Amino acid sequence: MTSRPHTSIGVAIAAAGALALTACGSGSSADGGSSAGTGSITVYNAQHESLTKEWVDAFTKQTGIEVTVRNGDDTEMSNQIMQEGAASPADVFLTENSPAMTQVENAGLFADVDQATLAQVPAGFRPSTGKWTGIAARSTVLVYDKRTIQENQLPASMLDLARPEWKGRWAASPSGADFQAIVSALLELKGEAVTNDWLTAMKTNAKAYKGNSTAMKAVNSGEVETALIYHYYYYGDQAKTGENSANVGTHYFRNQDPGAFVSVSGGGVLKSSKNAAAAQSFLKFVTGKAGQEVLQKGTSFEYAVGSDVPSNPALVPLKDLQAPTVDPAQLNSATVTDLMTKAGLL
Amino acid sequence: MTTDLTGPGAHRATGAGTALTPGPGTRPGPASGRRRPPVLAVIAVLIALFSLVPLGYVIAMTVATGWDAAVALIFRARVGELLLNTILLMFFSIPLCLALGVGGAWLVERTSLRGNRFWALALAAPLAIPAFVNSYGWVSAVPSLAGLSAGVLISVLSYFPLVYIPAAATLSRLDPSLEESAASLGLGPWQVFRRVVLPQLRLAMTGGALLVGLHLLAEYGAFAMIRFDTFTTAIMVQYQSTFNGAAGNMLASVLVVLCLLLLVAEVRSRGTARYARVGSGGQAAPGRMPLGGLHVPAQLALLLLVVLAVGVPMWFVLRWVVLGGSEIWVPEEIIPALLQTLLYGVAGAAATTLVAFPMAFLAVRRPSWFTRSLELSNYITSSMPGIVVGLAFVTVSIRFLPAFYQTAVVLVAAYVLLFLPRALVSLRSGLAQAPRELEEAAQALGVRPFGAFVRVTLRLTAPAAAGGAALVFLAIVNELTATLLLAPNGTTTLATEFWAKSSEIDYAGAAPYALLMVVLSAPMTYLLFQQSKKAAGQ
Repeated sequence: MTSRPHTSIGVAIAAAGALALTACGSGSSADGGSSAGTGSITVYNAQHESLTKEWVDAFTKQTGIEVTVRNGDDTEMSNQIMQEGAASPADVFLTENSPAMTQVENAGLFADVDQATLAQVPAGFRPSTGKWTGIAARSTVLVYDKRTIQENQLPASMLDLARPEWKGRWAASPSGADFQAIVSALLELKGEAVTNDWLTAMKTNAKAYKGNSTAMKAVNSGEVETALIYHYYYYGDQAKTGENSANVGTHYFRNQDPGAFVSVSGGGVLKSSKNAAAAQSFLKFVTGKAGQEVLQKGTSFEYAVGSDVPSNPALVPLKDLQAPTVDPAQLNSATVTDLMTKAGLL
Repeated sequence: MTTDLTGPGAHRATGAGTALTPGPGTRPGPASGRRRPPVLAVIAVLIALFSLVPLGYVIAMTVATGWDAAVALIFRARVGELLLNTILLMFFSIPLCLALGVGGAWLVERTSLRGNRFWALALAAPLAIPAFVNSYGWVSAVPSLAGLSAGVLISVLSYFPLVYIPAAATLSRLDPSLEESAASLGLGPWQVFRRVVLPQLRLAMTGGALLVGLHLLAEYGAFAMIRFDTFTTAIMVQYQSTFNGAAGNMLASVLVVLCLLLLVAEVRSRGTARYARVGSGGQAAPGRMPLGGLHVPAQLALLLLVVLAVGVPMWFVLRWVVLGGSEIWVPEEIIPALLQTLLYGVAGAAATTLVAFPMAFLAVRRPSWFTRSLELSNYITSSMPGIVVGLAFVTVSIRFLPAFYQTAVVLVAAYVLLFLPRALVSLRSGLAQAPRELEEAAQALGVRPFGAFVRVTLRLTAPAAAGGAALVFLAIVNELTATLLLAPNGTTTLATEFWAKSSEIDYAGAAPYALLMVVLSAPMTYLLFQQSKKAAGQ
């Protein structure tokens, strides 16, 4: 080898390094997020990325406020916010389920939600404290393989899934916030002993998948007979190609069963927000007509809860689901994680 | 985690040229030479201390959790399951990787195999396919793939090149006279292989096995996709439920102990025998054994292996790309992910090379107990999985360095820690080829000391630095776990986007990211393959 290529490689590396460092420096200052009065906010988003993207794009188009999104899971982000404390870069926190909201509320990190925003959401979908608000809702459902099992052979209650005859016949995604919210409702409705027993039985009975969509796909392909998930995975897939739900039926438990739990997705503004006005306006937008119509007309198939916007007509109406009455402010995620860790599910 | 051929033990596995660094640098030299090292030494010590952050984190968290709570979280049934999964995974995967790696290397380097140059490269090619993309391909082919057998399948297909590459490099340079002597003393071909060739492959095999083991412990995406639980996947689940909660931290401490045990096992099984040619003259090229009637089965076996390891995942990536049509190429999502991946790759590679330089310089020019202990700290750190480094950095930055929390600086620092050995191994061999005498000659000719250093030593080291930087770049492109935890708000990379899409079983949407990662990885894999040949030829 001659020394010429060596020189050029050396130059290239030096140039790349310089470029990277500059870029790195500017990147960090831009991402570090000093959003004070600059018309930009940071959203910690545990909702589906695609749904929040629809909200963010429409909001930015309407207001010109730039939104940076950090994606994560419900209780990952609630714990993260609590550790960040007053220094949290987050202005808004959106979840799929309410236990994570309650955690942040109990840590005293939420600002009061604007009255105008609360007025858009019926009292049943938000805590009486007004520290956060419901932004959407989702229902528990047992999906089943229509080819191998009839609806009348399915259990009448979610609690029946703990029985020996259901061993190896149902799936769930225990690592997900969705499932953990269902457990938190069970805990709230039936107490710690029943929940503990049910989780212990689940460890032997259930097949664990990563994610509700994967669990439903397993039902569709005949790997497992049933799966305890949320409703909108089914409708979303049906609306697309149906390739992961063609053989799938839906079974709602109804009768105020813990398995008929309707989970409220929450949104709140952090007390530490450096751009509280913009953060509040984002939450108002999400619960307002335009934001709720994203739920009605978009591809998320989550229930609309605010501004009297009806839910997607393809869904079973919320009022027909006979959901148990659960105060979202009482749902406890820390105990749920502990119980599930104890049962060996986490 | 990404395929990493230059973790601990790799420099040994690929021929250990740097350990035999010539001595002149150890003598006290001219003043210029003496002034530099103290500054470098301080920097190197700081880097070594910094590199122990993950280990310190795990220890501190275990202490903070308290004895009783820690015992309750460590000695529970779930940890037993994870331990069993992990041990079984290693028990099956490592021997299979060794068998395929050594067998493949032997066919390519030491037999009359036709097309051996093609096969030589084809057997390294699986390294260009990140393990989680391999898993994605296989899950597309067989949706019910799950559990231990699936874990072994994906692991072996993804990681056997980690054994194959060093084994092939070693085989290609073995001195045939040893084997000839053995044969003339009456050993048959198989006995020659077992008693003469295999022992000389020992370093390549233990080094390769260590790398495979560390990858098995650190991999997240590939196993999460096939529902096979290991410590890393369980820590990730705890992270998603509790951020940096005690249960996750305790799993991390068990994982770290497993990594350290692997390091010890590798050191122990390395053996003490030395093989070196003494005397003048070059060695003959190794002979090749005629395959005869076994030629067709050998070709078919290699074909099958490459089809399973490269053909299946690539076929399904391309199939999803075709099925997805134009709508999966969403420029406003793909372009930022690609640019940010490139940016972090370049920044991380540059930073890692810069950080590695003082350590490499000291190791080559001033070898002593001091530099060896610095290397030890680096050796330990390089065995830490991305999830542990991620947890440590997110916690340390949130508590002690809020100004850097969620900035690119922290993520780049994590990349530096994770991939430092790649840059070090290359830099050390580069520096070893730039003896101080050349610098002194330049000074004697009137160049100032600093100028001589830059114009002679740095310039001669540049190709090796570039090689190391390229390998770091490859690792960063495919890194998932630390990136998920540490990326600044709004940052996406090819790996995180691929993961987000495939987690929602949007396999078509994930395909462009998989394809881009493979396209970026392919040239780096080729480079790594070439470099291993050179390192072994030293």
